[in-house]
Amino acid sequence: MKIAKIIALILLIGFVGIQFVPTDLNQSDTVPKTDFMLVNDVPNDIKNKLQVSCYDCHSNNTQYRWYNKVQPVAWFLEDHIKEGKAELNFNEWDSLSNRRKASKLRSIIKQIESNEMPLGSYTLIHKEARFSEEEKEEILNWVTQLKDSITN
Amino acid sequence: MNKLKVVFGIVAIAFVTLTAVSCKDAKTDKNDSTENHSEMNADGDHSKMNHDNSDGDHDGEKKEMKMNGNGTSQAVLNDYFNLKDALVADDNAKAKNLGGVLAKSLKAFDTSKYSGDKQGELKDIIEDATEHAEHISESDITHQREHFKVLSKDMTDMVAITGTSMKIYEQFCPMYDNNKGGAWLSMNEEIRNPYFGAKMLKCGKVQREIN
Repeated sequence: MKIAKIIALILLIGFVGIQFVPTDLNQSDTVPKTDFMLVNDVPNDIKNKLQVSCYDCHSNNTQYRWYNKVQPVAWFLEDHIKEGKAELNFNEWDSLSNRRKASKLRSIIKQIESNEMPLGSYTLIHKEARFSEEEKEEILNWVTQLKDSITN
Repeated sequence: MNKLKVVFGIVAIAFVTLTAVSCKDAKTDKNDSTENHSEMNADGDHSKMNHDNSDGDHDGEKKEMKMNGNGTSQAVLNDYFNLKDALVADDNAKAKNLGGVLAKSLKAFDTSKYSGDKQGELKDIIEDATEHAEHISESDITHQREHFKVLSKDMTDMVAITGTSMKIYEQFCPMYDNNKGGAWLSMNEEIRNPYFGAKMLKCGKVQREIN
């Protein structure tokens, strides 16, 4: 009994302790001119969907919830965002050449088609980030159109 | 006495926490160093490969290959063909490895001898191709083939600018990618399909001959 108490106390202290380890938050006030939404004519519903489902990890601005700032969740998130932005940053869209844009759009299509994006670990909590079958089809059609307009 | 134990326990946990946190960074460092290590290995393989290739060449060219083997479009093409063969053989692990080798030779490709416009386009092609090669170096075979399709387009565009002394066949399988089709380059006229491997080894046709 006593041992259980001690262990609980120790865990609590450890948990409090790691809260003091600093993390870099992915936040920015400005949306650069190169942003995907600014250079493309994106229909509103698709705009919303991309913002909610993709921009948290694929832009310079994450909409954090309170629990995202709690360790060890914040560490886990930090890694994800770093990886996500390295792969694709919607904020820097227009700095890519047409060849690279077409490549990225192809990857976006493949990832959404095969349900690899948005990530399962993300939609588990962010239920609103999930794509319904109709939404998926709508987005895929639109992105395919955009891709074709670039490659032709 | 008991108090002492609790205090001791807390100190121990604090210590463990700190170690765990500092381990996080140490771990990434370690990963980096192993990565470098394998890259070095790949590099070793690579230079060996170039030697092998140059063995088949005329004596006069041998020296040039040795000097210019790395950093030329020919080195890139050779690595691309090796990667293609791994996909034909359905060899995921080998394709991973060769994707990494190709990414390295793409990065080493020296475009400075090409003029303005061409250089710009080549750099663009290389950047795109490098990303696909890097993805190939860490994906399952389905993904590898998806990236290989776009990579093949990049290679075709590269050859259109750089030219090549080899005879190359542009081949096409109409069934890949939900019947949208996929093209690739090969040194041999005979079809060996990198998109389906053993499943449909001979599916495809020669679409164009380069040189």
